[in-house]
Amino acid sequence: MEKNLVLVLLLAPFVGFLVNVFFGKKAGKGMAGALGTVAVALSFVLSVYFFLQVNQTAKPIAVKLFDWISVSNFKLDFGILLDQLSLLWLLFVTGIGSLIHLYSISYMHDDENMHKFFSYLNLFVFFMITLVVGSNILIMFIGWEGVGLCSYLLIGFWYKNQDYNDAAKKAFIMNRIGDLGFLIGIFILGSMFSTLDYGQLKAAITAGNADTAKLTVAALCLFIGATGKSAQLPLYTWLPDAMAGPTPVSALIHAATMVTAGIFMITRLNFLFDLTPFVQNIIAIVGAVTALVAASIGLLQNDIKKVLAYSTVSQLGLMFLALGLGAYNVAVFHVITHAFFKACLFLGSGSVIHAMHHEQDMRRMGGLRKIMPITFMTMLIATLAISGIPPFSGFFSKDEILMTAFHANIPLWVIASLASIMTAFYMFRLMYLTFYKDFRGTEEQKHHLHESPGLITFPLIVLAILSLVGGLISLPFGNSWLNQYLAPLFSEAHHAEHHLGTTEYTLMAIAVAGGLIGIGLAYNKYLKGGYVPKEDQDIDGFAKTVYNKYYVDEAYMALIVKPINGLSNFFRETLEPALSRLVYGLGSLANGLGSLGSRVQNGSIGLYLFAFVIGFSAIFIYLFLANK
Amino acid sequence: MENILNHIGIENYIFLSVILFCIGVFGVLYRRNAIIVFMSIEIMLNAVNLLFVAFSTYHQDAEGQVFVFFSMAVAAAEVAVGLAILVAIFRNIGSIDIANLKNLKG
Amino acid sequence: MSTVLLIFYILSAVTLATAFLTIYTKNPIHSAIYLVICMVSIMGHYLLFNAQFLALVQLIVYAGAIMVLFLFTLMLMNLNKEDEVHKPRMTRYAAIIVFIVLSAVLVYVFTDTKPIMGEYDYTGEDFQSIKTLGKVLLNEYMVPFEFASILLLAAMLGVVLVSKKEKDAN
Repeated sequence: MEKNLVLVLLLAPFVGFLVNVFFGKKAGKGMAGALGTVAVALSFVLSVYFFLQVNQTAKPIAVKLFDWISVSNFKLDFGILLDQLSLLWLLFVTGIGSLIHLYSISYMHDDENMHKFFSYLNLFVFFMITLVVGSNILIMFIGWEGVGLCSYLLIGFWYKNQDYNDAAKKAFIMNRIGDLGFLIGIFILGSMFSTLDYGQLKAAITAGNADTAKLTVAALCLFIGATGKSAQLPLYTWLPDAMAGPTPVSALIHAATMVTAGIFMITRLNFLFDLTPFVQNIIAIVGAVTALVAASIGLLQNDIKKVLAYSTVSQLGLMFLALGLGAYNVAVFHVITHAFFKACLFLGSGSVIHAMHHEQDMRRMGGLRKIMPITFMTMLIATLAISGIPPFSGFFSKDEILMTAFHANIPLWVIASLASIMTAFYMFRLMYLTFYKDFRGTEEQKHHLHESPGLITFPLIVLAILSLVGGLISLPFGNSWLNQYLAPLFSEAHHAEHHLGTTEYTLMAIAVAGGLIGIGLAYNKYLKGGYVPKEDQDIDGFAKTVYNKYYVDEAYMALIVKPINGLSNFFRETLEPALSRLVYGLGSLANGLGSLGSRVQNGSIGLYLFAFVIGFSAIFIYLFLANK
Repeated sequence: MENILNHIGIENYIFLSVILFCIGVFGVLYRRNAIIVFMSIEIMLNAVNLLFVAFSTYHQDAEGQVFVFFSMAVAAAEVAVGLAILVAIFRNIGSIDIANLKNLKG
Repeated sequence: MSTVLLIFYILSAVTLATAFLTIYTKNPIHSAIYLVICMVSIMGHYLLFNAQFLALVQLIVYAGAIMVLFLFTLMLMNLNKEDEVHKPRMTRYAAIIVFIVLSAVLVYVFTDTKPIMGEYDYTGEDFQSIKTLGKVLLNEYMVPFEFASILLLAAMLGVVLVSKKEKDAN
């Protein structure tokens, strides 16, 4: 029974994918959308069922489906593990997934390939579930690659636009770089312990007689994989470009779920990272720097989705900071709250974009507050959440991260605090530019402005409520439900709750003050000052550098892509002709030798006789000399 | 008279036989007329026969001479068939110049 | 120098000279005549060995039957003209080189094998009279002897078959 339910949970989205792929066009748009949504919702219901069960019993559910790999002493089962961590992920993947499916029914209604969109989304959810529930790293890798594929398909969903295709390819290739690291990490672990099963790995690694240097290399490789998937320095550049995809995709894949896979992986393997402090330091530093850099880029972006994308990168950086400091439960907490408010923000921006007829530049917006009150309200709640204003969910999670950072390392705390001040600033800049003052678009757009239909606003409202109350799962006053729930996963060291003293309250006050400062600055500049960002060509100075994302893409282009292109050109134009000439040369040499040889066989008896006599003499001489 | 090899010596017969054989080989390689080539082959056969008889006497054994007898029988058959083939070829292509016999080419 | 040795030298000279002329002369008819002389001189060698039976057979089979066949064939083809084109110079030089090399090798080989042969020791036993030979041939070599007759029969049939004019060929 349990096994069957688990299978349904896993395979429902896959069935939805298959049906939509083969019959979606015939079934019609409404049917395709409904089917996709129901499939994911079914998974969600089952997730809730299992969650309640595990929450009560505190016993993970492990189901072995079949023997998968059995080579020499390396054995691997294809199994499913529903423990506290994977269920938590399942809940928000399928939950937010269902909401976004619902949203997409309305959002994508004008698209001719709607059934394709839903089949991709379903496939994505299937792979995400696979990633989360697998009982070993290899299954996680399958899901990992699968979500990468779906990400690629969905970024390039509007394949008629070459820029979008390029963005899809960029995302895929950037992810490949990280995946290579991940794969190498898996290989190292597999060769060291002859298993990839979480439980067995944990037992083997915590036994403590493993080679630390090898473990460090493995952990580093795995972290490289995580930087690819979760858009950290130096592989983050694909995520802003990935905004080329439809907005629900950005919300689901590139904000709430897929990009958190790296965090999931590190949390899952926390026992490994605990033993490699060197890698933990790297993770913390990379996370903090990413948070700051991405936030600073976000300050000056004018594309509404780009702002959110950089915000996502920045928030992911904060999560990695927490991971690097060993505060896995804090990172998980932030993943969850971030999933709520970032999905809400993306869907809200989608609602705005929908109303604006696919205009994404905030300089063309403004004054939408009156026209789209529901969108405005929900987005405002989410923005307050991300800015870290109590009592919204983001306050609790971000505050915990900052607190952890403060206890571990003051400079990291400073960086993270700066990043969150910037976050508050650019998020309210977004709000002011989009919803306040007067409309700055064309008359025609103004004429079409409208509040989005119920299918779009309903998910927004749900997510806004979640953003509001999400913090309740881990309150800082010593009774954090989340920490207790996750406690079985982590080693004892992380159980210690922060003792709430004056320092902690001061830190909270500083964090809130920082958020308010950011908001105030934005208010001063954009609402009171009525400032509208300049047109692209008028931007100059350092702002131009920031606006152009520090020219990181260009630097990658010049430092990596160009040399590789040059190398390929060299291979194509020099090496390849040379090689083929060599090969053809060998061929024609053999040919020539053959025709030379065949000239001997010309049918002339005289020549044959000569050959016969000479051969005979040669054999005679040889035999004689050999026997002498 | 009986102990002829006491007078002549087996070496002389060997030399004679070898040179005769080589003349035969030379003829095979040198001439283009198929009949002359045939005659050269006969010369080679005779050289070998001669050596057979010489060693037969040397070892005072009749078997060498019996071999010569068989070799002659085979030679007779071979010549008959060979010449018949030459005649047939001559009828077909009007020449027995071995330079013209190029049908062996695959 | 004994008489026998003298006879041997004369016979050998005749044998080699006629063998060479067989090959060298351009007229095929002359070649055939030289070959007959060569065969007869070899018969002389057989007589020197006192191999009477073989001498007779040599005369009958070679100088008689085979040479008559050659002559008939030559006349049948009307090849008495000296119309043969020489082979290319390269081929002729190569033939000469092969001749010299092969002679050298064979002579060297045979002289080198002498110690294995052992010394000639004449016992005076009769081993090659027609009577003795006949006994050996018809006792030990009975079956090959019969096969030889079958071979000759088959050759005869073959010759008839090959040289017969095919009626439906034209």
